[in-house]
Amino acid sequence: MAKQFGIIFGCLALGELLALIPGLGIPGSILGMLLLTVLLERKIVNPETIKPFCRFLIANMAFFFIPPGVALMLYFDLIAAEWLPITVATVVSIVIVFLITGRLHQYLHKLFKHHNHPHGHH
Amino acid sequence: MAIIDQLSSPMALISLTFLVYWGAGWLQKKTRQTWMSPMLLTIIVLIAYLRLTGISYEKYYESGHLIEFWLKPAIVALGLPLYNELKHIRSQFLTLFITEFVGCVVGIVSVVAIAKWLGASPAVICSLAPKSVSTPIAIEISKQIGGIPALTSAIVVVVGIIGAVLGLKVMDVCRVGRPVSRSLSMGTAAHVMGTNRISIVSERYGAYATLGLILNGILTAFLAGPICTFLLDVL
Repeated sequence: MAKQFGIIFGCLALGELLALIPGLGIPGSILGMLLLTVLLERKIVNPETIKPFCRFLIANMAFFFIPPGVALMLYFDLIAAEWLPITVATVVSIVIVFLITGRLHQYLHKLFKHHNHPHGHH
Repeated sequence: MAIIDQLSSPMALISLTFLVYWGAGWLQKKTRQTWMSPMLLTIIVLIAYLRLTGISYEKYYESGHLIEFWLKPAIVALGLPLYNELKHIRSQFLTLFITEFVGCVVGIVSVVAIAKWLGASPAVICSLAPKSVSTPIAIEISKQIGGIPALTSAIVVVVGIIGAVLGLKVMDVCRVGRPVSRSLSMGTAAHVMGTNRISIVSERYGAYATLGLILNGILTAFLAGPICTFLLDVL
């Protein structure tokens, strides 16, 4: 337990430290994630060691969202005033992202002929 | 009153959060409706509870921050699936990078431009810019570019629900048929909730959705600020 927590929080702490670099503008948690990936890739950290804790954190991400979601109650007035731009912009943008990402990935996949790559994810 | 004090004690509020979430998860299993998101139901029930009892959000946050605290380590934990997908990323680097880059830019530009044209205030526009990525990432981006973190997290939740409920249908209409492309888009457009939705279909699809979620998160962290500032000046 202590080892897993130490690795994850260690990466987070280092990430937050790196995030202090002026002008970087990247959240510390993202830097911590990239740091963990590098440690795994360099075989400094064994993936099996941190697997249980990582699985637990990822599986419960939706739950950790709840408190920031409840903060919505503080902004009912603002939402009531600007619900139209918020709703239209959000919905249209989601549809566009689905359309562009999906079609573009399909197209590039054909273009670069990935069909026969060894992992065969089809 | 002693009872009211008890209702607003940190332990009461934290256990309420767990119990409502548990009940909401049970309800979703029973009804099998994607839109019955346990997270959304819990948020609604908790807001109603706080309103009815007159407990302030600040009071709730005394226990809520203990839950929210785990969001950051959860983002770090995404380093493990990212590592597991490295060989796929390497073998299809160009495809993935171009797709995610374009998807990220289009997502930010479209939401900022439409909101601006419809007359949203700058704070709201900045809150909308990181809408497609996970809450902890989105919140930090929102803070950095002058948005309202709570509004951002609410919109992220709504985006996740819309994406999870309608994503596959939208892609049917748009003739996105390849399962891998569909999975990647679910993660890119609707972060964790889109990923959850497609993971039910197959764990392999879940891995691709996670890839979309992570890559879009990283790119948005780099691009949301500059794009948002630029568009607010230009439009």
